[in-house]
Formats: sequence, structure tokens, C-alpha cells
Amino acid sequence: MRIAVLYSRARVEEKILFEMLDARGIEYDRIDDRDIAFDLGNPAPWRKYDVVLDRSINFSRALYTLRVLNDWGIPTVNTARVTETCGDKLLTSSVLFRAGVPSPTVQVAFTAESALKTMQEMGFPVILKPVIGSWGRLLSKINDRDSAEAILEHKEVLGSYQHSIFYIQEYIEKPERDIRAFVVGDRTIAAIYRRSEHWITNTARGGEASNCPVTPELDAICVAASRAVGGGITGVDVLEDRERGFLINEVNHTIEFRNSIATTGVDIPNKIIDYALAVGRGEIKNDTNNQ
Amino acid sequence: MYATCPECDASIQLTKPIKGEIITCPDCGAELELVSENPLKLALAPKEEEDWGE
Repeated sequence: MRIAVLYSRARVEEKILFEMLDARGIEYDRIDDRDIAFDLGNPAPWRKYDVVLDRSINFSRALYTLRVLNDWGIPTVNTARVTETCGDKLLTSSVLFRAGVPSPTVQVAFTAESALKTMQEMGFPVILKPVIGSWGRLLSKINDRDSAEAILEHKEVLGSYQHSIFYIQEYIEKPERDIRAFVVGDRTIAAIYRRSEHWITNTARGGEASNCPVTPELDAICVAASRAVGGGITGVDVLEDRERGFLINEVNHTIEFRNSIATTGVDIPNKIIDYALAVGRGEIKNDTNNQ
Repeated sequence: MYATCPECDASIQLTKPIKGEIITCPDCGAELELVSENPLKLALAPKEEEDWGE
């Protein structure tokens, strides 16, 4: 068994994973995504890996790397398909709706005019999110038409073309917290509350983590969300709506867990390694097809 | 083990250096990335890009 860990930065998470791989005596290579050069017709240098664990923070590099590896039949955690879906909020929402997983209302528009019209029909406030991006960056809570016009114009003029894909989500009045659940395979192994007085609760933005009990209901919706994006190891963000209960906000494909090991008492990194090894041994079917 | 800050020339002690880790220079506060383990080499950390995330 030989595995490769694809990474961009040795964050706390990667250091922990490297330490654990060392401690368990597992043969592995660290592959910095900046050093990769693929010869698409020659998979031989990569054939030595039974599985590649993606820990890259660079979405584009990770996605193309996983796509090439999967096309060569090399198993990856997660697959290119999961990464592609989770890395794009619109694609994530689309598969969640297809699978009937409860989620906030999402509307999509491609021009500032249609986006403004959509927002007015939905009623303010609404949340405007870039389809690609993470850590709570560039999210806007738009409270009225004036701010909508300003933000939409700024996005069209100053942003790349992707900022003119307007992903508009209903604003959920959540109880100053949301839930990040960690799903590995068919099980929610742990969950945390992320508490913040700000409507953005990401721990990367200062949200405070505390343990969240994994009830059967929470497990069921998180596993359903993870399955909808293609399975594997995912970080599922859950909102609590007073009337509708749990709603899936987002699904992430490379989970950050530094604030969640002590908080939950769950050995998240070793569970990640166990899952990757099981995929490497062929015990878990890793769908490398372009489905 | 010591490496030199490329911004202010301070000598920075590193324990268990791992290529790709981010270090803040204790002298000048620059955000640095360890770009080589052998020899130890620090460079200014790249700016966060739009598609970065988890």
C-alpha cells in the first residue's frame, strides 16, 4: 500500500495527517500541487499509488489533478466528480435538489438585471454567494434594493466572469450558529456547532466551535447530502430553520478539522486515513468514472 | 534548525519543518512559507487566491 497526499500548504491538518501516517508506518509521498507536471499519455509515474488523498486548497489544480488521475483509473479521495460538485455552490445545490435533500431556496441569474428582479421577488434580505470560493469569503447579505444594485454592479464591473453567475440564496434566520458535520463514507462521524453573532459563522472567520451531538436525524440528512455529491469524505454545513428543521447549506470536499478533534473527541484525521486506505485496498468502491 | 527571513534577515528557529508550512516572522511579522526542507529556505507566502478553500 502506497499513498500520495496532494497538498498546497502544510496547514495544521496536513501536519497532523503526515504525523499520523508516519506513526502508522504507512508509505506515502507528499506531493505539492505546484510541482506537478502531467504527461497525459503516461500514467506510469503515478501507477505506484494505490490511492491519492487530496488535501489541496487550490481548487483548480486539485480538480484537474483528480480528473487526470481518475481518467487513468487511479483512485482518489475525494473523486474528481465530488470535488467538481462541491467546489461549485451552484452544482452542489443542483444535486441536492435533484436528490431531494432539504436546502434553502436558491435562485440563479446571469445578469445584474435578472438578479435584481429575482432578489425582489424572493424578498430581502438575501444572500449572494460566489459559486467558487470558500472560508466565507465574498459572501454578501443584501438587505435592500439599494445595496443589491451596488453589489451587483461592483460584481459585474470588478469581478471575473464567474462573479456574474449570481447564486442567490434565501436568508435563514439561524440561532447565531450553524452546524459543520463530518461525513466519512456512510456515517456522520462528528459535528460541531459554529457560533457567531455575525451571520457568517465559518471558523475561518472567527466562529467558535463546540460539540454538536450527532442525532439520527442529523446523520441522515448529512449522509444524504454527502451521497448526493458523490460520497467520500465531506464537510456538510447545516442550517437550523425554525419551521423546516435542518437545511443543507453547503458541502465541502477537503475538510478542515483543526478545531474539531478536541471539541468532538473524535479522531477525525485517523478516520480520514482509514477511509483512504480502504479505498486503496479496493474495499470501498471509488467511482473514478466521469459520472 | 534555523532559516533566514527573506524580508528582514532575522534568524528564525524551526522545529519539525515541513515544506509548505506557513510561518510568521517573529521579528517583522511577514507571512513566510517554507519552500525547501533541505536546505531550509523561506520565501514570502503567496497571496490567497480566489479559488482557494476547503
